Amino acid sequence: MSDRNDLKSGENPPKTITRRNFILGVIAGGAAVGAASYRFLAPRGRTYSTGERLITVNVNGKPRRVDVMKQETLAWTLRYKLGLTGTKLGCDRAECGACTVLIDNVPHYGCSVLTHTVRGRNVTTIEGLASADGRLHPVQQAVIDEQGFQCAFCMSGFLMATVGFLKTNPNPTRKELAHGISGNLCRCQDYNKILDAMMRGAEYMRDGIPAGKTLTAIAGNPAAGDDATAALARGA
Amino acid sequence: MAIIRDVMPAFDLLQPSSAADAQKLLQEHGSDAWIMAGGLDSFDWLKDRIKKPKVLVDLSGIDELKGIRVTGDGVEIGAMTTLTEVAEHPEIRKNYSVLSQAVSVVASPQIRNQGTLGGNVSQDVRCWYYRGGWPCYRAGGNICYADTPVGRNREHAIFGADRCVAVHPSDSVPALIALDAKFVVQTSKGEKTVDAENYYIGPDLDITRINMLQPGDLLTAIRIPSTWAGATFYFEKVRDRNVWDFPLMNVASAIVLSGGAISRIRLAVNAVSPRPMRLKNVEDAVVGKPADASTGEMAGKLAVQGAVPLQFNAYKIPLMRNLVKRAVCGVAGQQAYGALTGDLDTQEVAWNS
Ligand SMILES: Cc1cc2nc3c(=O)[nH]c(=O)nc-3n(C[C@H](O)[C@H](O)[C@H](O)COP(=O)(O)OP(=O)(O)OC[C@H]3O[C@@H](n4cnc5c(N)ncnc54)[C@H](O)[C@@H]3O)c2cc1C
Ligand code: SF4
Ligand code: FES
Ligand code: FES
Repeated sequence: MSDRNDLKSGENPPKTITRRNFILGVIAGGAAVGAASYRFLAPRGRTYSTGERLITVNVNGKPRRVDVMKQETLAWTLRYKLGLTGTKLGCDRAECGACTVLIDNVPHYGCSVLTHTVRGRNVTTIEGLASADGRLHPVQQAVIDEQGFQCAFCMSGFLMATVGFLKTNPNPTRKELAHGISGNLCRCQDYNKILDAMMRGAEYMRDGIPAGKTLTAIAGNPAAGDDATAALARGA
Repeated sequence: MAIIRDVMPAFDLLQPSSAADAQKLLQEHGSDAWIMAGGLDSFDWLKDRIKKPKVLVDLSGIDELKGIRVTGDGVEIGAMTTLTEVAEHPEIRKNYSVLSQAVSVVASPQIRNQGTLGGNVSQDVRCWYYRGGWPCYRAGGNICYADTPVGRNREHAIFGADRCVAVHPSDSVPALIALDAKFVVQTSKGEKTVDAENYYIGPDLDITRINMLQPGDLLTAIRIPSTWAGATFYFEKVRDRNVWDFPLMNVASAIVLSGGAISRIRLAVNAVSPRPMRLKNVEDAVVGKPADASTGEMAGKLAVQGAVPLQFNAYKIPLMRNLVKRAVCGVAGQQAYGALTGDLDTQEVAWNS
C-alpha cells in the first residue's frame, strides 16, 4: 500500500489534499517539471517529505504497518516497534554485524539502513528463519548440533549473514564462507566453532537435516527439546 | 568510540525517483541538504550529531543511477551501483580487474552490499578529530589537532598537507585513476565530465571540501574508457585488519608492456595525501624501461621524494616505496588476487613477501 508513490504529508499541507488536486494545483501554478516531479514541488517555504510515517514493510513474509520516523533505522523499527528483538544492536555503526538482516535476500546492517528506504521490500530477520510449523532452519539446527556460540549475542547476525551468503554460494569452502561472513564479529572469539556450525548448516541445507535431529522451535512442545531451542528461534 | 545515543536527530527525508528531481531538490535546499546514497559514510555524521542537515535526499529510489552498462568505449557505472555489483560484474572482472580487486577489499561484505561507488569516491576523510566533531581547520576552525607532537597521526598524510594532514580514504579511487576513469557530474550549469584525479580538492584550494561538488551538484556516473582494457594491473591494500579497516595505504597501476618494456602506465596511490595521488612523474620516468626490479627500485625512490612524515607515520615512506616498486615491477607475479577468490592467505602472502 505504502510505497515510493505515497503522497507526501509534509508539515503544512492541508490534511485533505488529494494527489489529483495537488497535481492540478501544481500544473496550474506552472511549476511542473516532469511527470515524476510533482511530488517534490511545494509552495515556497514549505518542505514536503516522503509520505506518511505510517508505512508498510514486509517482514518475514508479512506486510507490517508501522509508524516510522524519517530518521529511524531498520534495526530500531524491528526491535522497538515490531518487537523483533532477535536483531541485536552492537555498535550502531556498521562495525560489528550483530544487526545483520536480509533485505531482498541480501545481508545488510540493520543499524545502517533507514526504514523508510525499505518500504515495500522484503526484510528477513532471525525470527523468520524457522518454518511456519516451527521446524528450525537447517543453519539454526546446525548451531545446536555444533554448539556454535557462547553468549550468542552475535548469533543472529552470523546466522543471517550465513543464510544470505549461502544463497549466492550454497557449497562454499571453509575459506569462502569465512570471507563471506567476515562482516560479523564475535566478542567471545571462537570463530572456529562458529565456522564449524555454519559449514554444517550449509551441509544441512544441501543434503537435509539428518533424521532424528530435527527440533522445533515451539516452546512446550515435547519434540522441541528445550527452552534453548525456542530461544534460538527467537534469536534471544 | 562511538556512543549509541537514541535515534538520530530529526531531518526531512526526500526520496526522488529521477536524477533530474534529485538535482532540483538539491538546488532548492542548497546547503541544508545532504545526499544519501548507501548512507554508510553519512550515518556516523548524523548519529554523532556532527553534521546536522535539515534535509536528506535519498538517491536509493533512482533506478537510472544504478547498474553497469558496457558501452562502445568501455563501461559506464551508475553512481548508485553497489560495490558488490562492481566487484562481481563479469566485464569489469575480465577487462578492468584492478577495480574489482579494489572494491572487493572495501570495508565488509554488508557494507559492499549497500555502499555505492558514487558514495565511495565521494566519502569524506576519516581523521578522528574531524569525525569526532573537533573544531579543526577542515571543520572551519583554526587548528589541526592531528599535526601536533602528540596528535594521533599514524594514519595521516606524508604528502600534500596544507594545515590539514588528513588522507583520502577510498580504496576504489586509485584503481579508477589507474583506469583513467571520468566522473560525470550534474551541476546547475549543466553536465561536466572530469578526470578521476581532478574530482578531488586539496586543502590548499578549499580546506572544508574534499571534492569539486558544490551544494546542488550530483555525481551521476563513472565512465571507464576502453583505453586500458585488459592491461596488466596491480592493486594492493595495506590495512590493520582484513575486514572493515580503511587503507593505511593502497596502490593501483595499469601497465601495457611491449617486448618486456613498459610502453604505457598509469599509477596511483591513496591514503598518503588529502587528495588521491596520481604519480605522473613516476609514470614518465618508467616508460620505455623494462618492468623489472631495478626499474621498480627507481620508481619507488622517486615516488617518495619530497615526502614529509609526521610524528607517528614515518613508516609510510618505506611502505610507499615498496608498494610503488611492486606496482611497477611486481605485475607479472600478481595474478588471482586473494579477495576475489575468497582466499585470505593469498592476500597475506602478497603483503608479507
Ligand atoms: C565501518 C566502515 C568501514 C569502512 N571501510 C572502508 C574501506 O576499507 N575502504 C573504503 O574505501 N571505504 C571504507 N568505508 C567507507 C565506505 O566504503 C563508504 O562509506 C561507502 O562506500 C560510501 O558509499 P555510500 O553509498 O554508503 O555513501 P553515502 O554515505 O551515502 O555517501 C557518502 C558521501 O558521498 C556523498 N554522495 C554519495 N553519492 C553521491 C552522488 N551520487 N553525488 C554526490 N555526492 C554523493 C554523500 O553526500 C556523502 O557525503 C567504510 C565505512 C564504514 C562505515
Ligand atoms: S588532519 Fe585535517 S581533519 Fe584532521 S584535525 Fe587536522 S585539519 Fe582536522
Ligand atoms: S549494530 Fe549494526 S553493525 Fe554493529
Ligand atoms: S558468542 Fe558471544 S559474541 Fe559471539
